[in-house]
Amino acid sequence: MNGSALFVTVFLACAVEAVEATTVVLAIGTARHWRSALIGTAAALGLLALITAALGPAITVLPLNVLRLVVGGILLIFGLQWLRKAVLRAGGVKALHDEDAIFREQLAAAQAAADGRRTLVGDWYGFTVSFKSVLLEGLEVVFIALTFGANQHDIPLASLAAVIAVCVVAAVGVAIRAPLSRVPENSMKFVVGVLLCAFGTFWGAEGTGVEWPGSDAALPVLIGLYAGVGLLLALALRARNKVST
Amino acid sequence: MIAARLKGLVTFWYRFFVGDDWIVAAGVVVALGLTYVSTKLIAHTFWIVPAVALILLAASVFRAAGTRKAD
Repeated sequence: MNGSALFVTVFLACAVEAVEATTVVLAIGTARHWRSALIGTAAALGLLALITAALGPAITVLPLNVLRLVVGGILLIFGLQWLRKAVLRAGGVKALHDEDAIFREQLAAAQAAADGRRTLVGDWYGFTVSFKSVLLEGLEVVFIALTFGANQHDIPLASLAAVIAVCVVAAVGVAIRAPLSRVPENSMKFVVGVLLCAFGTFWGAEGTGVEWPGSDAALPVLIGLYAGVGLLLALALRARNKVST
Repeated sequence: MIAARLKGLVTFWYRFFVGDDWIVAAGVVVALGLTYVSTKLIAHTFWIVPAVALILLAASVFRAAGTRKAD
């Protein structure tokens, strides 16, 4: 895999998660207290940076085959989850991720919640909701960035892609101060799901001792295979929905 | 109190790694195990993991679609 594929995969995965976290932080800031929401976000990003700093060197110490087997297996499980969700949405079985609706729900919950102050934080509710949201969405991103980076021996490039994605999404969110509903989140989730499945399959099988026919040339074939089957499944679901209505 | 926190922690990591469909996660582990054994004993069975993953994906998608329809 070359650097650009590593960059694109990590960037897209991070951007999807950042859009979801930004929606919650924007709702909290709008409804309650911007400073507390931003302190919660900064605290979560700090903790994620600490986790990255601790896990990064630990991952690179593992023997390459063990790393590829474990990481490949986990990435494949992640990828199948992402792809399954994207296919169900594209097939009309599950509602498309609606950032406007999530924003409205968060806004109503934030307005109804009781006030509470703690040292340094003006609004405890706003702080904790922002903190949890950014931390939970960020953990998956940290894992993807670290494992892709470690496998390609380029953690700095993976981290750079993650940071740029988060900065771009956060900057757009702050600039427009509204949910990022125009981001084609489902399509991005589909693409990331396909890439995670393909790389997870490739590395996981390599970790068991398999040699792929054509070596790295097997990767584009795997990407095409997962994308093709994903699209066919979405079309089949749509056709089934049409018949039943 | 501690038990509740531990339970919460275990649930969080279970949902993080396993997700909505445990059969998919278990299937991936079995596929990798099968590939390891068959590669050591027979040949480079590179096709097992993608074949099993695609079957797991299709089965999981249709299982979820069926459940939602039944709701």
